[in-house]
Amino acid sequence: MAELLVFSEKTDLAFELVSKSREFTAALNMGLAAALLGEKVGAEAEEYFAYGADRVYIGENPALAGFDVESYAEALYQIVQKNNAKILLIPSTKRGKELAPRVAQKLGAGCITDATAVEVKDGNFLISRYALGGNTVAGEVIKTGHKVITVMPKTFELGIREGKTGEVVKADLNLRAPRVRVVGRQEKVGEKVNLEEAEILVCVGRGVEKKEDLGMVEQLAKALGAEMGCTKSLCTDYQWLSEDRLVGLSGKKTNPRLVISIGISGQIQYAVGIRGARIAVSINKDKQAPIFAISDYGIVGNLYDVVPLLTEKLKSV
Amino acid sequence: MNIVVCLKLIPDLKYIRVKDRKPILEGAPLIFGDMDRNALEEAIRIKEKVEGTKVIALALGSSKLKETIKAALAIGADEAVLLTDPLFADSDTAGTAKALAKAIEKIKTYDLILCGEGSTDNYSGQVGPRLAEILGLSQITYVRKLEVEGKKLRAVRNMEESFEVVEVEMPALVTVATEINQPRLALLKDILKAGKKPLQEWKAADLGFSANEIGAKGAVREVVSNLAPEQERKQVVFEGELKDVVENLFNALMKEGVLGR
Repeated sequence: MAELLVFSEKTDLAFELVSKSREFTAALNMGLAAALLGEKVGAEAEEYFAYGADRVYIGENPALAGFDVESYAEALYQIVQKNNAKILLIPSTKRGKELAPRVAQKLGAGCITDATAVEVKDGNFLISRYALGGNTVAGEVIKTGHKVITVMPKTFELGIREGKTGEVVKADLNLRAPRVRVVGRQEKVGEKVNLEEAEILVCVGRGVEKKEDLGMVEQLAKALGAEMGCTKSLCTDYQWLSEDRLVGLSGKKTNPRLVISIGISGQIQYAVGIRGARIAVSINKDKQAPIFAISDYGIVGNLYDVVPLLTEKLKSV
Repeated sequence: MNIVVCLKLIPDLKYIRVKDRKPILEGAPLIFGDMDRNALEEAIRIKEKVEGTKVIALALGSSKLKETIKAALAIGADEAVLLTDPLFADSDTAGTAKALAKAIEKIKTYDLILCGEGSTDNYSGQVGPRLAEILGLSQITYVRKLEVEGKKLRAVRNMEESFEVVEVEMPALVTVATEINQPRLALLKDILKAGKKPLQEWKAADLGFSANEIGAKGAVREVVSNLAPEQERKQVVFEGELKDVVENLFNALMKEGVLGR
């Protein structure tokens, strides 16, 4: 029986895909499998079964000790080939996204990355992803027999665990030693934020002139009970805020009930990140800024005047 | 050392208009993607440090490339190889990687291949890893800092939870992140002089391709729809006396029921 195979280095994200894939494998009459790869693999196989996997491939090899993408691509390729897996689903983490095309190339397969929706239609997968820098959403299909798809985290909800078991298969892997050596690692510091789950969001952009001025915006966020997000330049170029707070095409796509965009012009890169907001508000001194066209309410004004006054108003009630 | 930089020609996204949910690309100037420009800048910086370095700009796209490539040559690329054959038109990422790989094999001597970590328009991030696989090279992606030490590369990768420092022997393929550098701009006088630098145009046949294995015909992925998402915002704008506009906004938000914890 042909199989759909799920792999991720992050098990919680793999479980999202496994949960949802029950639907796909039922529609396509396929088996549902997952791969667990590493130097030594833990006992998570039972968890994969609980979320719906029929089979779990355990691939243990010294070459898989770190996360050498070449080794992981080769390992998945060998598992796919040996077991008639046709579909490979991988969460769109950075590692997943560099892995998928490499495996696809080995398989001669088409690959689609960063899927925001996946459905089975006419016996094939119809995949949605952002295109043209977020201006559009493209519907795409893969024409090859093997298909590799990376899916944005949280696209699917985690299913309910069931008392289901399955088959553990030891994968016999033939891998050479990694060529790339990891010689150092610096953990990113900073508090963990989860913008995707924020109810209210206050986002800042380049209209804020100095890092110290963020304090003023923090006050507003506090008065609202909001999380703070930002545009790309603030976290990548200026590094005023951590990348966890990046809202937009290359960051988080949020779904708050209210977002207030402050000093943000509203380029598509950012706009994509607030499409899910119920009510969008913007504060910008330039009346022509594109942000007003994608806002429900806007204030044309200097953020340095508007933000403190709005904070005061919110505190007073 | 020889560095090949892969560049993708894309419509300048600032000029894309949407009408009836359809994107209008006409009139949008064609430019190189942001991170492709970072890749080119990084190649030039290596050239400035490592004597005897040659930078070859490699691009696939329409005949407009002959103009656009001048900016790349003007800021420091030594040569250009352009794949402008109409047969390459509408290549998907697999097809683009296939064509670039053949061109790189024809270039023959290379130590480092530099790409952007993704293109500014579709950001699928596939060409780099696919290219590395075809050429049998190691891939180092998401690079924010790159150093060449003899035959060795040392790179800092921007991963989700950490910055990862890696080393590899060349030849290798590296994809760069936007924060790696600030690309320099081409000066008009250098653009005018760029016409004198070597430029080759290779047809599909020069790379040994037949018409049905490349471009739209060779694509393994099909785009069945491409529309702007439907979204309607109220677009109420408050202007005027500061106190009033803040009051107006506050009242509007109360009415919408979005305030409060």
